[in-house]
Amino acid sequence: MPLDQSIKSVLVIGSGPIVIGQACEFDYSGTQACRVLRAEGIRVILVNSNPATIMTDPEFADATYIEPITPEFLERVIEIERPDAVLATLGGQTALNAAIGLHERGTLARFNVKLIGADVDAIERGENRELFRDIVSKVGGESSKSIICHTMDECFAAAEVLHYPVVVRPSFTMGGLGSGIAFERAELEQIAGAGLRHSPTSEVLLEESIIGWKEYELEVMRDRKDNVVIVCSIENIDPMGVHTGDSITVAPAMTLTDVEYQKLRNLSLLIIREVGVDTGGCNIQFAVHPETGRIIVIEMNPRVSRSSALASKATGFPIAKIATKLAIGYTLDEIQNDITKVTPASFEPTLDYVVVKMPRFTFEKFPDADPRLTTTMKSVGEAMAIGRSFPEALQKAMRSLERKEAPFSFPTDVAEFSKEALLRSMAIPTEFRLKQVQQGLWLGATIKEVYAATGIDPWYLNQIETINTGARELARAIALDSDAILEAKSLGFSDIQIAQIRGMSELDVRQMRHHLQIRPVYKTVDTCAAEFEAFTPYHYSTYEEETEIRPRTKPAVIILGSGPNRIGQGIEFDYSCVHASFELRRMDFETVMINCNPETVSTDYDTSDRLYFEPLTLEDVLEVIYAEMQAGPVLGVITQLGGQTPMGIARALKDAGVTILGTSPEAINMAEERGAFGQMLADKGLTAPSFGMASTHQEALDIARRIGYPVLVRPSFVLGGRGMEIVYDDSSLGGFISRATDITPDHPVLVDRFLDSAIEIDVDALYDGTELFLGGVMEHIEEAGIHSGDSACVIPAMTITPEQNEEIRRATLKIAEGVGVRGLINIQFALTDGVLYVLEANPRASRTVPFVSKATGVQLAKAAARIATGTTIAALKDEGLLPHAGGATPRGVCVKEAVLPWNRFRRSDGRGVDAVLGPEMRSTGEVMGIAATFGESYAKSQISAFGPLPSTGKVFISLADKDKKEGIAPAKALQQLGFTLIATAGTAAFFQENGITTAIVRKNSEGPGLFGERTAVELINSGEVDLVINTPVGRGTRHDGWLIRTGAVQRSIPCITTTAGFSAAVAGIAALQKGALTVKSLQEWLS
Amino acid sequence: MAKAFLVLDDGRISEGKSWAAQGITFGEAVFATGMTGYQETLTDPSYHKQVVIMTAPHIGNTGVNLADNESSKIWVAGFAVRNPSTIVSNWRSEGSLEDELIAQGIVCIQGVDTRAITRHLRKRGAMRVGIFSGQELSREEMVIEVRKSGAMSGAFLVGDVSTPKTYVVKAKGDKKLTVVALDLGIKSATPRSLAERGVEVHVMPYNSTVEDILAAKPDGVFISNGPGDPSTMDFVVEIVRQLLEARMPIFGICFGHQILGRALGFSTYKLQFGHRGINQPVMDRTTKKVEITAHNHGFALTAPLEGVFTTVYGHGEVTHVSLNDNVIEGLQLLDAPAFSVQYHPEAGAGPHDAAYLFDRFIELMEKNPVNH
Repeated sequence: MPLDQSIKSVLVIGSGPIVIGQACEFDYSGTQACRVLRAEGIRVILVNSNPATIMTDPEFADATYIEPITPEFLERVIEIERPDAVLATLGGQTALNAAIGLHERGTLARFNVKLIGADVDAIERGENRELFRDIVSKVGGESSKSIICHTMDECFAAAEVLHYPVVVRPSFTMGGLGSGIAFERAELEQIAGAGLRHSPTSEVLLEESIIGWKEYELEVMRDRKDNVVIVCSIENIDPMGVHTGDSITVAPAMTLTDVEYQKLRNLSLLIIREVGVDTGGCNIQFAVHPETGRIIVIEMNPRVSRSSALASKATGFPIAKIATKLAIGYTLDEIQNDITKVTPASFEPTLDYVVVKMPRFTFEKFPDADPRLTTTMKSVGEAMAIGRSFPEALQKAMRSLERKEAPFSFPTDVAEFSKEALLRSMAIPTEFRLKQVQQGLWLGATIKEVYAATGIDPWYLNQIETINTGARELARAIALDSDAILEAKSLGFSDIQIAQIRGMSELDVRQMRHHLQIRPVYKTVDTCAAEFEAFTPYHYSTYEEETEIRPRTKPAVIILGSGPNRIGQGIEFDYSCVHASFELRRMDFETVMINCNPETVSTDYDTSDRLYFEPLTLEDVLEVIYAEMQAGPVLGVITQLGGQTPMGIARALKDAGVTILGTSPEAINMAEERGAFGQMLADKGLTAPSFGMASTHQEALDIARRIGYPVLVRPSFVLGGRGMEIVYDDSSLGGFISRATDITPDHPVLVDRFLDSAIEIDVDALYDGTELFLGGVMEHIEEAGIHSGDSACVIPAMTITPEQNEEIRRATLKIAEGVGVRGLINIQFALTDGVLYVLEANPRASRTVPFVSKATGVQLAKAAARIATGTTIAALKDEGLLPHAGGATPRGVCVKEAVLPWNRFRRSDGRGVDAVLGPEMRSTGEVMGIAATFGESYAKSQISAFGPLPSTGKVFISLADKDKKEGIAPAKALQQLGFTLIATAGTAAFFQENGITTAIVRKNSEGPGLFGERTAVELINSGEVDLVINTPVGRGTRHDGWLIRTGAVQRSIPCITTTAGFSAAVAGIAALQKGALTVKSLQEWLS
Repeated sequence: MAKAFLVLDDGRISEGKSWAAQGITFGEAVFATGMTGYQETLTDPSYHKQVVIMTAPHIGNTGVNLADNESSKIWVAGFAVRNPSTIVSNWRSEGSLEDELIAQGIVCIQGVDTRAITRHLRKRGAMRVGIFSGQELSREEMVIEVRKSGAMSGAFLVGDVSTPKTYVVKAKGDKKLTVVALDLGIKSATPRSLAERGVEVHVMPYNSTVEDILAAKPDGVFISNGPGDPSTMDFVVEIVRQLLEARMPIFGICFGHQILGRALGFSTYKLQFGHRGINQPVMDRTTKKVEITAHNHGFALTAPLEGVFTTVYGHGEVTHVSLNDNVIEGLQLLDAPAFSVQYHPEAGAGPHDAAYLFDRFIELMEKNPVNH
């Protein structure tokens, strides 16, 4: 069946901000969808609130709406655009829920829009647990015993029947949000209580525990002719009990016979048919009892999922692309396999390699959080690696995580007792479990013991044992000869690991290896295990006989990607890398991408001319460069677009003789080294906040007193705002030092003057050695002290005068010049008392590049790639890539808001982690609001990030003393907007003095009153408060603030923790009250 | 571990390590792309005299068990893998693969670049191969030895694999029909698939006569898969012609499909590198649906791909086609009760998408009762 001719325009719903459980995989799938639809001549209308995505680039759709993904906003878009169909299966759970919302509002029927990909009934059958269980049993499958509950009393009754432990799963949430395992009544109360609140239908499922069973996932596709294929099988190394997003997973499944695999396959076919997904993909999860083989069907997602992205990258079968083609009428046999070009998509990929995915966690950002892995996903990113054996793929995946402690290590001095300790700790799944397993086996634990402790299949344990044996043999080898190196390499050992085992340096190992002519070969991911010729250069390294790299004649530019998503380095950097690749391809370079993040657009095989799915370590990158130099001319390597990851190895690459395109490693060093940078600023007449470096407690106190409180303190050896704190007096400084650091001359502490009420400004600019192009000047909404990544910001800057803007431009030029930038630079300034302070400069693409590009229509990353390859800004202006007059001009008012993952984490006692912003970045993603006024734009950003701001109701206000003055104006405004204000005694008294009447509510620490008056926390927990304004006084759970904020997060009540945010929220609420917020496509804004 | 070499007759040599039995073995080099089902592959009689190169890198993970055998022994002439498992992990496992291979004296090689060899075979076509494990031969000597070994074209191998005497597989539940299965290298999954549908299966030696067959009073005759060159099977072709004459319902698979084709007057040819895997898309032209199927064939049939063809038994048509390369994968007669497919509806190993063909066979027999 060819293209459905009745579909002339399609509304594609994106997935919104990057959050835990829903990351850039949906940019990858959505981008593919947009491309497919446009290639078919279909008009594409896109709604996505996330500016950092490739899919929201204006050229990927005919009308791009950067608007909140809610049924209300979607309806407005539908009203304007009148699409023939809505495609919601490629935007994760967000898009699916929004589509259901559109159906329930009657929008789809009213505008005669059909839902393609999966219809409402299929979505219901797949997602509604009761309906799904019926389907499973109808097709002869088994579900775990379970009971649906809508109240806590029902939950308690159900637990009596099922026996503890019970698994709690809320309906219609993603990434396992709100789910968990309850071992006793109190835990059930806490987990199921939160689950009932998180579920849009106030429904949770309690089910018998299948913890410890083997876990599998099958990716299934079906077309309207009922052709069904399994794209990939994925096996979780971590057995049931750990969310699959947090599990180490392997493709294909390793421990099933054909008989057992076919059972899962047959069930998958029957289920997808019965659910009725008839034009697209879904994934189905199974648990298999390790001793009896009993199969339980866990769940299905009737849409493209995180696993689909992984499966696409693991097999070369582009699920999202094909799902889109199916949705518009094609059948699988009508679609060509891009890789082989001669065979159709109606087949099942077969792998002749092993794929391992490892999650990347950031528990260090949430020191309060319980580190146990559960059925609620907590990882923020993932790395994937490909090898010709499991050990090779596993070790590559571990070094892809870019955590020093992640790869296996093989200590020689071992104490007997630690084996027992390891066996005990590995029984509780945490992010360190696999390493504990390896260390346990290294210390002599048997496979049987480790299996008993972890439930990890003995086959995997045996493979890890093989790695340990390899290390032992490597250590024992008389000489590091060719055989020894090859043996180690085939088990995936890095040069660093070999160096550690042999007591040499990494460089020595590499030189010896190269001297012996041992280099990796590159194989191709081809969907068919070499049965057909592959035309897509999607490669991975291994140590074997034959390489498949083809020679080329065009000069190549190698672009280093940004590795696994983490807090502080995510999709924004992938965006810049992808832009560079697009632009340089257009300029007739051959682009070569190296990256290991399976979620991204950069690792799509048709983004660049060649794709190497490899770890971004020095060794792995050098080998790819060498292989490409053998294949043809290489112009150089771009390191400035992938964030800190490629920047970190730029120096070493240059030392190894590699040409770094654009900003040199020396310039990077100049910006990072405080002494040199400070000197440069002084030479150029620029001001930086005073600071000092303390190696003793006393020195820290001396510096703080000299430069004046408040001061920003942090250990000097960590990056990214880790462990940073703002302290206001001697005693809290002392507290920080004793709590957070082991201050020594080797580990000094940095003490910076903290600019208390400064306005923070972020600048993205381009510099080519002679000319500066100011890309964007953004003003932070939160005052200095909140990490720039967590702060909302607005462009154009709202309170900056033209003179100040000019001063910022001059300072930016001086810094770009002084550092020696060739490409992008991001600078953070602070403006206070008429003085412009330079906080820091990063000579690379920043997180805000895509936001600025969306706001101004200027493609900064593309320009940076061109500058790096030798084009001047003047030339770029002539050809039109950069605008001629002045700099970039924002259209409308654009607000970027950060999205924070508070609701994902709990402390060990089961209570929420504190939802307070600080100098350490914790946000996982961002949204953008664009409108004619600040108020409207801010309101949109809040709706996209946190859900709607209230337009009437009750506001609870509690301000720290230092913030009280700032709170007067917005509080007054709120009252005028008709809100009822309630406040704790102190804030209420202060407001009273300033002419604002508030009802007084008791602090939690005061307890309920004599006549049963409830405390603020009780009011919040009972859902009577519509908005919470709480600025933090201090840390720790004894404080009321913590209970207030965590209460708000758990009840999904908007919670604002800064006075600047308070003022902005009031502006947003005012805009909301004025009536419906209007929508306008980016293309219109930019025209 | 001793060194081992995989030597192709065009002189390409891969060095690896010995695995399972040591020694020398020869056969036709073929690659199999299934990610599951190594045990079924090893015990499939169609692989007789073939050295199988597995493209899946880890082999042996789930050990072996009695239930998954497709016949009573391992048939491959040799086995080449990337990473054999040193542990067995599966609740159904009864032993390790290596032990089984050693017990049956199968010479194997491990640690070779199986992907490079597969690419080589894809480009150059199937060819003779030898595995030399723990031997003291020079490279030249090994190549000469390989070139002395027998080729697959023109090989008659059915006599080696067929049952020496008839055995009966009872129907599960009530017996509805009786089928004679001509064993040219039958897999146990086939009589099992028929038995599950109420058919009593009489598995007969390849050299049974028409009288032997009719003596069992069958409602239909099944012609199995098997090894070797279909052009060597003239006497079975003759039997099939007599059965067609008698309007006996016939269902052939794989080798049996090629024999039915030859009985209809078509010729067979050798494919460049064959189809061996469990992910092969085939379109059933009668329903326009695609099924994912298990294949193991080095030869194929030449017949008119489009439209109706004419044979001495009446009209017929091609019913199934490979979507990868348009190889004929199935045909049926329109005027006589006979059809065949080039692939394996019984799976073992592989997907069960084509199991409906057994139902079609039963329907065919019910619609065309035989007068005994």
